[in-house]
Amino acid sequence: MAKVVSLAVLLGLWALIAWLAQSPLLPSPMSVGEMIVADTRSGELPFQMACTLARVAAAFAIAFTLGVAGGYAMGRSKLIDRYADPWLVVLLNLPALVIIIFAYIWIGLNETAAIVAVALNKLPNVIVVTREGARSLDPALDDMAQAFRFTWQSRLRNVVLPQLAPYLAAVSRSGLSIIWKIVLVVELLGRPNGVGFVLGSSFSLFDMTRILSYAISFVALMLAIETFLVQPLERRTNRWRRNAA
Amino acid sequence: MNDVRTAGAATPLEIRIDSKTYVSAEGKPVEVIRDLRLQLDAFSFGALIGPSGCGKTTILHIAAGLDPNFIGERRIPGRGRLGMVFQEPRLLPWRTVADNLRLVLSPDESLDKLDGLIGTLGLGAHLSHYPGELSLGLARRVAIARAFAVRPDFLLLDEPFVSLDVAVAARLREELTTLTQRERVTTLLVTHDLNDAIQLADKLFFLSTRPASVAVEMALPPPRGARSKATIDEIAGEVGARVPAYMPDVART
Repeated sequence: MAKVVSLAVLLGLWALIAWLAQSPLLPSPMSVGEMIVADTRSGELPFQMACTLARVAAAFAIAFTLGVAGGYAMGRSKLIDRYADPWLVVLLNLPALVIIIFAYIWIGLNETAAIVAVALNKLPNVIVVTREGARSLDPALDDMAQAFRFTWQSRLRNVVLPQLAPYLAAVSRSGLSIIWKIVLVVELLGRPNGVGFVLGSSFSLFDMTRILSYAISFVALMLAIETFLVQPLERRTNRWRRNAA
Repeated sequence: MNDVRTAGAATPLEIRIDSKTYVSAEGKPVEVIRDLRLQLDAFSFGALIGPSGCGKTTILHIAAGLDPNFIGERRIPGRGRLGMVFQEPRLLPWRTVADNLRLVLSPDESLDKLDGLIGTLGLGAHLSHYPGELSLGLARRVAIARAFAVRPDFLLLDEPFVSLDVAVAARLREELTTLTQRERVTTLLVTHDLNDAIQLADKLFFLSTRPASVAVEMALPPPRGARSKATIDEIAGEVGARVPAYMPDVART
């Protein structure tokens, strides 16, 4: 209830300031809403959002898979950690924009470069968090799994992943929010479609109504994914904790 | 160097540790076990008794194959199938009791085959519970059920009665006696409690202080698990006479 009231107040303030300003640089919530409806009907908004969402999904999948594998290896092996840590520090400190420019120059202005650039931006964060998780794995449960001859698949599924789950959930949440922001920059700089591309072209036309309608739509979509996909998944993973004595 | 050999089901469990060292926090090697010989007849119940910190758990880990870094040899009976009860139950907290048991079964086996075991240990009403919802006594029972579920050739028990109240520990001892006799499994119990050892075992192994070795070996008269108070007192008296004075903190109650 508090969230709804808070959002309603924000919307009211926006409408009031827009009415007072009477400027094309701050369109009213009504005109933004009308554009969202019109572009949804024409199919333009769903198409651009789908392009961006596909890039978010691909970059997330790559960063998550490689990051979890790398982070786990670094957390479990001091030798790997010693050699890979300097690379990680370099990657962590490379500005997102630099990685995007490198990818476009070296790979070309194409889809591969866009996705690689976004994945590389997120990768070090996934590695760092997973490494912490892997370091905190309980050796007592490792011994138990070894004594009872768990297969490596069973060990991964039943012993390792449940312990890493809180770390993976944290990394998924922060991952999604960071990745979609970087995807917009990548699209703005070098893709012919997607929400970032639309924002870029609208910026050159000073079309604030379109900028707001696409930005708000995409934020709403990411919030929906967070609420209806990420959070339920997290609740399901943590079900056993609720019952703990 | 260490060597593992498995033999027929009716062969003894033999552990020979010439030396076991670890590196201390200061980087110096510390020898914790030296010239330890332990042989346990097939299907019998041995108890390894020693003061806290003398290396009992290390010996158990070596016997279990969890610690390969020692000089010596271990010969394990049958297919070498191990059932183990750790000091803490070490159940997977994110799996229910049923799933914890199911996990050690082979894929073609169902939980139904454990009906007898689950009944003996009184776990029927708790199968859908998570370990966090169980008392320590119940969690230990699940750990014991898990150890027997694998149909072990040898069973290792690390202080399974520690931190339990007297009544719960007594019931668990009875259940353990029933199960080890019914399943005919060679069992090694590690404990600091002489009472537990006398009540359950056929043979007692008393450890020396560090570097640990077997200082005194004592075979007990049958039948185990059903010894009267008088017999237990008599055995305890004999232990008191034979166990060296340098093991002062072994329970003598």
